[in-house]
Amino acid sequence: MTINLSTTTLIDKIAQDLGFTEISNLTDSILIKNKELISIATFLKNTPKFDFQMLVSITAVDYIEYFEIVYHLLSIQHNQRAILKLRCYDRESPSVPSVVTIWPGAELQEREIWDLMGIQFTQHPNMKRILLWEDFKGHPLRKDYLR
Amino acid sequence: MPIKTEPTIINLGPQHPSTHGVFRLRVSFDGEKVINVEPVFGYLHRGTEKLAEERTFTQIVTLTDRLDYESSMTNNLAYVEAVELLANVSVPERAQYLRVLVSELQRIASHLIFTGFFLQELGVFGTLLMYCFRERENVLDLFEMLCGARITVSYMRPGGVTQDAPPEFWKNLDDLLNKLPQLLDDLENLITDNEIVLARTKNIGILSPQKAIDSSVTGPILRASGIEWDIRKANPYEAYDKMDFNIPTGSNGDCFDRYLVRIKEIRESINIIKQCIKSIPKKGPIKNSEVPFFLRPESGEVYSSIESPRGELGFYLVSDGGIAPYRCKIRSPSFINLTVLKPLLIGWKMSDLVVIFGSLAVNMGEVDR
Amino acid sequence: MTQDYIFGFNTLYNFFFEIITNTINSTIVSWILPNFSFNPGWIAYILSALTISFLIFNAALMGAAVYTWFERRIMAKFQGRYGPNRWGPFGLLQPIADGIKSITKEDIIPTGADRVVFTIAPIVMMIPGLLVFAFIPGHINSMLGKINVGIAFVFGVTGMNTIAVIMAGWASRNKYAMFGAMRSAAMLITYEVPMALAIAGVILLSGSMSFNGIIEAQKIPFIVTQPIAFLVYMICATAEMSRAPFDMIEAESELGGGYHTEYSGMKFAILQISEFMAPIVQSALCVVLFLGGFNGPDFIPGILWISLKIVLVLFILLWTRSTWPRLRVDQIMELAWKYLLPLALLNILLIATEMTIFDITQSTSLWIMGIINWATILFILAFLSLFKNFNKKTVQQKY
Repeated sequence: MTINLSTTTLIDKIAQDLGFTEISNLTDSILIKNKELISIATFLKNTPKFDFQMLVSITAVDYIEYFEIVYHLLSIQHNQRAILKLRCYDRESPSVPSVVTIWPGAELQEREIWDLMGIQFTQHPNMKRILLWEDFKGHPLRKDYLR
Repeated sequence: MPIKTEPTIINLGPQHPSTHGVFRLRVSFDGEKVINVEPVFGYLHRGTEKLAEERTFTQIVTLTDRLDYESSMTNNLAYVEAVELLANVSVPERAQYLRVLVSELQRIASHLIFTGFFLQELGVFGTLLMYCFRERENVLDLFEMLCGARITVSYMRPGGVTQDAPPEFWKNLDDLLNKLPQLLDDLENLITDNEIVLARTKNIGILSPQKAIDSSVTGPILRASGIEWDIRKANPYEAYDKMDFNIPTGSNGDCFDRYLVRIKEIRESINIIKQCIKSIPKKGPIKNSEVPFFLRPESGEVYSSIESPRGELGFYLVSDGGIAPYRCKIRSPSFINLTVLKPLLIGWKMSDLVVIFGSLAVNMGEVDR
Repeated sequence: MTQDYIFGFNTLYNFFFEIITNTINSTIVSWILPNFSFNPGWIAYILSALTISFLIFNAALMGAAVYTWFERRIMAKFQGRYGPNRWGPFGLLQPIADGIKSITKEDIIPTGADRVVFTIAPIVMMIPGLLVFAFIPGHINSMLGKINVGIAFVFGVTGMNTIAVIMAGWASRNKYAMFGAMRSAAMLITYEVPMALAIAGVILLSGSMSFNGIIEAQKIPFIVTQPIAFLVYMICATAEMSRAPFDMIEAESELGGGYHTEYSGMKFAILQISEFMAPIVQSALCVVLFLGGFNGPDFIPGILWISLKIVLVLFILLWTRSTWPRLRVDQIMELAWKYLLPLALLNILLIATEMTIFDITQSTSLWIMGIINWATILFILAFLSLFKNFNKKTVQQKY
């Protein structure tokens, strides 16, 4: 069975090796700071104990107060999964760092999030709309209508 | 002095015989050689994720049929799996076996389509396509007996399946299972040792295992690159933990391996279906009767994935306690497998472009959602 | 040229040709001549020529029409379908329905296309196929055009095909069409070379360049004495008519039709007809060159023999077409230059050597020649099959 890596192990290990201490535990996922994303992602990918080689999916959820970006990670070798989360409180021009350099599989998915949710990924090689056309106004998956 | 040539830009698609629907590739050619590719898609974007936010949990099943229209059963399964995990719904055992059975039938149908179109793209004038479609018809007939629909089946519900199989279903299923190995042998006789097929597919479009994992490629393409990863084995859902089957893998990661892995998977699927028929409970409920019509899962989120014919099909559902999901993200394998398209294509000839793209077996309904 | 004129179909067939070449020549002209005060010898010539052209044209169109029906039915059988079976007995009137449809469709010339060349191209495409029909003998001396260098002429004429394809592709102002045209320029010209060399062996052995002479010389069909040439010729002929596995000019799945992407209506129909005439022409040539033409046991007439043989060759072509995939551009070129050309040269060498050693008027020595050549080709094929997957070096890069 695929196990979900316990979040306490993750938080402890990250705090121990990288020294990032402000990581919240959300029972089945961990919430990290935007600026720490790249180093944590590199760490999770390259540490043999975790070996999260594959970024299964990235998605974003609009919780009105903030955007949550969810990274589903998978280690084929250890058959384990983990979930990273970022929060983005800026509604006008939200932006988070891109992980394309670490997981190339993020390329199309990040473009999709920009297209549908309107979150910019900095340092993405080709940050263009993907499903909708370039002139489209707005980002359809946002919950602006609830505000 | 070397001859300098101007690159030609060709729009392959959106209307093109071998783009599997409405897909567009802006390709720069240097003579016959591909020097740059820019995939353009979204022509079939129907906003499924947005629509799902306005539908009840049961209604979304019909939306999932339209994602990958070549394998709606597995789409249904992936979705109801996620809902059951979110709402903590148990599934009767007979329904579990029926789900495994139909999703393996669907895998056979989907892989047969792949084989037919793959050979069509190699240039066989329709012959193998007709053979494959003939057998697929039998699978669709079985689906028709089950639920009255052939393509957009909407067969599964949170907590079970809609209808039990009629008696003639089992008889026809037996007939099909007896016939299929012979067809596969015929297909392999025509294809696998064919010198021209080998010349066109072997060592073409090689995807190394490391790149495949990095690019989040899943499904037969990942297995063709030599990585033994199958969610049916790694995280057995439904009744898969009681099934005994192998995971076929390729050695080289080229187009030929991608074809061969799929053919072998059809054989494994036949194997699984036979085991299903043997061990399915003869009687019993097919639907959890405690599931209310308007499902109201507690607020929370869940990610659940299954092995669809094209790879890992996952649903990420966020509930706020209402009758509709707050967010429904579909992790579609075709879409993410397209990540490798550009680096795979560059440097090959135009004829190879068609073959490599065909070997990825993307489905535009799923890519554009 | 001794021929027993027993009463039967052969005689009728010859009689029919006499009507065309002589009777029409004299009767129509003698009817016309008194009505003119001057002596228009050239009118007689032109009139008979026109009549003959009319006959050829209709025969060729009929042939192409029947062939479309034949191809669709046979392909359908290969694919487990029915094929056209609605219109007329066994769907035999289907070509007529297709023709009516083509004529009534709108004739589109794309914006920016070269209108003149675009219009001329189908005509240029059609003429070579029609011309060749004039030289295929149904019986001894029973062809419409009698020249003593028939084979050279036919090859000169069929080479025109390339020009037509390039004209059509270039004038369409479509990149797919241009791709198809460029591919055809490369492929058709390449395959002319081994094809001509394969035929050189036939000319060498028969000592004649006229079709009559070649058929006369085949006491034993040349497929027995020259299997290498037959093999090379058949492969090249398939390439020349751009049929699978060499159909990269049209390449349905890649170019979506190639040079005729932009054609519609009657122009498209003409292109299609000439495309469907090509297999008939090529298999007729193959029958004449290698399978003994109209020769055969006397119980059925020669015209039926040649037709039967043509149908047999067409069937084999359809068989390969419906089961084999297409080769890539560079692989097709490789096949021509690295395999077919040396084979054709080897054939010439073998035939020439054997002709100096054996007395080719004796049929026993012809049989010995055949055995030697068959042994050679089987040995070569066995040797080549040791190197399966000859594309090993095509690994360009790995991602």
